[in-house]
Amino acid sequence: MDRDIIVIGGGASGLAAAISAKNQGKDVLLIEREEQLGGILNQCIHNGFGLEVFKEEYTGPEYADLYIKEFHKAKIDYLVDTTVIKLDKENDKFILFSSSLAKGIQKFTAKAVIISTGCYERTRGSIVIPGDRPKGVITAGSAQRYLNIDGYMVGKKVFILGSGDIGLIMARRMYLEGAEVLGVAELMPYSNGLNRNIVQCLNDFDIPLYLSHTVTKVNADEKNRLSSIVIQKVDDKFNPIPGTEINFEIDTLLLSIGLIPDITLLDSLDVEIDPRTKSVKINQACESTVDGLFVAGNALQVHDLADNVSKESERAGKYASEYVNEDLSGGININIVPRENLGYVSPQFIDFAWKNSEIICSFRSKKKIEKAVLRVVQGDKILINKRLNFVVPAEMETFGLDIDSLNQDDDITIDLEELS
Amino acid sequence: MKKEFICIVCPRGCRITMDEEGNITGNLCKRGIDYVKTEVTNPTRIVTSTVKTIFPELPRVSVKTDKPVPKGLIMDVMKELSKITIDKPMEIGTVIIKNILNTDANVVLTRSCMIQK
Repeated sequence: MDRDIIVIGGGASGLAAAISAKNQGKDVLLIEREEQLGGILNQCIHNGFGLEVFKEEYTGPEYADLYIKEFHKAKIDYLVDTTVIKLDKENDKFILFSSSLAKGIQKFTAKAVIISTGCYERTRGSIVIPGDRPKGVITAGSAQRYLNIDGYMVGKKVFILGSGDIGLIMARRMYLEGAEVLGVAELMPYSNGLNRNIVQCLNDFDIPLYLSHTVTKVNADEKNRLSSIVIQKVDDKFNPIPGTEINFEIDTLLLSIGLIPDITLLDSLDVEIDPRTKSVKINQACESTVDGLFVAGNALQVHDLADNVSKESERAGKYASEYVNEDLSGGININIVPRENLGYVSPQFIDFAWKNSEIICSFRSKKKIEKAVLRVVQGDKILINKRLNFVVPAEMETFGLDIDSLNQDDDITIDLEELS
Repeated sequence: MKKEFICIVCPRGCRITMDEEGNITGNLCKRGIDYVKTEVTNPTRIVTSTVKTIFPELPRVSVKTDKPVPKGLIMDVMKELSKITIDKPMEIGTVIIKNILNTDANVVLTRSCMIQK
């Protein structure tokens, strides 16, 4: 049987996308690889979720529960414990193969697909840490899962490399569970996590944050377990400065060194990639360069707030439904080009075939800027010229554009000018 | 002396300043004012953690205090939580410890403790 829309992934993104598509009257199937719905929210037991969407503060599992209840109420078809292993497109149809212990290999077809597969953590292999290769070096998110879902402490004397939010939250979490947390080292001169997490996860427990520092040596004991690390201050070209070595005797090094959108499923499709987001290029409808293939949530761009994941995915669900009604792709395209001080901009292009769409752009700054001016320009027309205070790479910024105020010839450029 | 705070009430993280006369500026919502006032008198935090269960499919279930508790009591709250074992199915929101350590806060489940597929 042909489905209207198949949603791959049942976390914050997939749940919101599926509910939104179902509310448009579409026949939706959601496929989740874990045993339960909710995705990474289930292990994010800290609070701070829901303020944008519900105007209330929830923990991750509570936030997931609200969506799961709505999902069940909408009577949406779904499969758990089922992994999509192949995604192809033939003519106007998507063909999916899934694998599960209970049902083996299954085949599905759909008119549109929403990729809500989230992101994965960078590991030791993605950065260079000299030294031994012992047990006890683990990503912060894996440690979070072991602790909060399975109930295992990964170590008792902990150091954290990278100041991403998961690293900061795990610093507090390990401390509360009785571990000694000796510090957090961050290569950049500023933290990559939200400010509130520096305050309530590190400052509250006197856990030191070493900015402009990195791990330069990992030492193993005779049983190949982690025994100590050396951190060093780095200069402005990130080279370690001799004489600044600090030694820490630890049994666990947690890595919180970045997240990468998980789009491995798209390998078999001829889809355009944006090297800046390490995911696909999309238009304002969250549609990739493959017609009917929508991508949302952390699979599209790594968000810092789950609320933004939900809102973006809700849009993807709505637009995927419109696509099922009528193929809206293939209109005139213009690019949105990130320039001065911008890490990336999403969407990467505007497709004028989606004429009634809302354009919501998100971007991240490449560096910390205290006073900035955001300038969005098309041709000789200034669309936005706005002061922004305290722009940091850790926090995603957004702005909206009105499709009717744009011409269909010129690309849009975005600059973030630093004011002195 | 001017004092600077980073508000932790929500992920926005407003930078709030309190001057010598107690005037508060920089907050985007009124909860920022309350935050700075408690932060200078009696700082409090919501505690989130997990407690163990007897269910092999869900060995830990997440919990939180439904109100912020004094910062100095966080480790004592953790000690109380370590004494708890959930031995029957319970819904999300169920109070498992009432008025913990006389703080006026209850500890509640933040996830349903039953197999929900």
